[in-house]
Amino acid sequence: MKVSGAVALSAVLALAAACGSSSKSGGGGGLTLGLMGDLTGENSGIVIPIKNSAVLAVDQYNATNPKTKVTLKFYDSQAKPDQATNLAKTAVKTDKIVGLIGPAFSGESAAVGPVLEEAKVPSISASATNAKLAGNGWKYWHRVIANDDVQGAGIGGFITTGVGAKKVFIVSDNSTYGQPLAAKVQATVTAAGAQTQADVIDPKGSDYASTVNKIKPFAPDAIFFGGYYAQAGKLVKQLREAGVKARFLSGDGSLDKGLAAGATGTNADGSLIGCPCLIDPTGTAGAASKTFADAYKAKFNADPAIYSAEAYDATNAFLAAIKAGNTTTDTINTYLSTINLPGVSKTIKFKPTGEVDANDVYIYKVTGATLPLLGNAGTAKVTP
Amino acid sequence: MLHDFIVQFWPSTTDGLALGSIYALIALGYTMVYGVLRLINFAHSEIFMIGTFASLGVINLMGISTPLGGIALVGTLALLIVVSGTVSGASAVALEYIAYRPLRRKGASRLAALISAIGASLFLQQLFARILIPWWFGLPKEKGALPIQGRFVQREDLLTLGSFVIRSDKLIILVAAVVMMVVLDQFVVRTKLGRGIRATAQDPETAVLMGVNIDRIVSATFAIGGAMAGVAAALYMLRFEETNYFVGFLLGIKAFTAAVLGGIGNLRGALVGGLALGLIEMYGASIFGTQWQNVVAFVVLVLVLMFRPTGILGESLQKARA
Repeated sequence: MKVSGAVALSAVLALAAACGSSSKSGGGGGLTLGLMGDLTGENSGIVIPIKNSAVLAVDQYNATNPKTKVTLKFYDSQAKPDQATNLAKTAVKTDKIVGLIGPAFSGESAAVGPVLEEAKVPSISASATNAKLAGNGWKYWHRVIANDDVQGAGIGGFITTGVGAKKVFIVSDNSTYGQPLAAKVQATVTAAGAQTQADVIDPKGSDYASTVNKIKPFAPDAIFFGGYYAQAGKLVKQLREAGVKARFLSGDGSLDKGLAAGATGTNADGSLIGCPCLIDPTGTAGAASKTFADAYKAKFNADPAIYSAEAYDATNAFLAAIKAGNTTTDTINTYLSTINLPGVSKTIKFKPTGEVDANDVYIYKVTGATLPLLGNAGTAKVTP
Repeated sequence: MLHDFIVQFWPSTTDGLALGSIYALIALGYTMVYGVLRLINFAHSEIFMIGTFASLGVINLMGISTPLGGIALVGTLALLIVVSGTVSGASAVALEYIAYRPLRRKGASRLAALISAIGASLFLQQLFARILIPWWFGLPKEKGALPIQGRFVQREDLLTLGSFVIRSDKLIILVAAVVMMVVLDQFVVRTKLGRGIRATAQDPETAVLMGVNIDRIVSATFAIGGAMAGVAAALYMLRFEETNYFVGFLLGIKAFTAAVLGGIGNLRGALVGGLALGLIEMYGASIFGTQWQNVVAFVVLVLVLMFRPTGILGESLQKARA
């Protein structure tokens, strides 16, 4: 979910103030946590809520006058893997961080992983979802978000049970993100007995007529698109204009109000977007998210956005380790391996691979320009 | 596979013709400039992009809030064609004046002009992405890459016979493209300026001796080619109602391919090549899946060029057949 310019700017200003205060209070005997992600580039809209949540968690912690105060330091990788690697080296060598929140995206995570592993510095990402990251055998790497495979399985299960679809058309944008996600959804719905057919679109092109022409005679109950919101919007528009009324679903790459804008008018209404992230400003999912959302809103004058709850949980996991008296990177990492902390988005508990234990996927329903939470993919239902 | 082809035959045909019409109109700009100057104007795709923004500007200025149909739509489209055609044509003339003419005056090689074309293309893209779009639509700077929408078309099915459906917007596009082609063709064959263009294409030195003002002819060629890209831009907006700063990139490559397929330098070849490429892409996608669309299109291009190295209709602007 992208934040508008004004909101982003005010958030940055608020942050600047917050940084100033926390760095002062952190002097003398304190520890430093790092946060890495695209803070100023094209995708900063996704990373600013992460940064805000981390600031909120650290400030709340420091306000309790703990024995060891914590300072938060920011590393603007602009999502570029080479830049992220250099910043990570600075972070571990010069700044001596005891833990890293992030990196935000999968590409930079893959690049930074070996650096942190060598320096034995634990990391927790709130938003890097590529399934392959957990397969590197890294001992210091963690994430508090379910990966793309879990997401694909969750959405696939929801399509056959929650939506009740028997015929599903799968479209992907052929990207490293969209293609595996679409394939996982297809495998899941096929295993559940649904009939499927698949096609791809060219994300650089604008005419999806050939894909629409394939979908129309197939007459599916549901269409799943693995890809990003800009293409999803155009696809929905062209589908509706061609008279295809089947339910449209997509993954976290399409969780943005740009989807409805690109689809124009009411074309996208009723579309369902799955995401392993929890965005719940009204507290539909529980009291914890309500408390968090209120605190976030009070501090940044904006609703929590994508990955803010996860970033808050990731930061709190580090803070819990520090609070328990761990002050070195190794003891913090050991603490994380056994942590069992109730968080906002889920209970924070890691598998030995560093993957989060919970595998919840949430469904959001496009309603005008908003994306309210419908519920957990395992239990949510829609009327046909 | 074959079953898919049969089921999707009519929708693929109408979509292929609608897409091919836009290819054909853009291809004209490549083909005319090539015919006269032997230069591939790679910045032509950005002339098209400027045209889409001109159309978007008109749509925003008119404040159209409800989708239009019937006469109102045709009237609006006519206005878009005039405005986009003028803006794109003027941009193309300015481009020639700034990026190509100084090189031509100094007798630089064609390669130098080609590099200049690529530079101009990148410059225009980034100018829009970084400065003009954020300024115009009040977006933060890093958001200039976002697509910009303007909704104004009401789509109706005019005729339905089984799977054969003619939709209003696609029919308008095809008709408009063919009309523009015929008008241009007649213009080049019958007018004095058209004769000048053909003379310059055939033999620039002799044309000068016969009293043809080459600079004027080159400007006119860019103006006409640019205007046709502007027409294509207006039709593109009718079909997709959305644009962004790199909208011309893929379409430009496809249109250039269409020009080569039909016979670069040949006006009628641009029409034939554009429509053929649109149909080949759609048929190829229906048989093999959309991931094979471009593969099929380029295999056909290679095959055509193997047997007819000058394209389907051959090079002919300079042979005075136009």
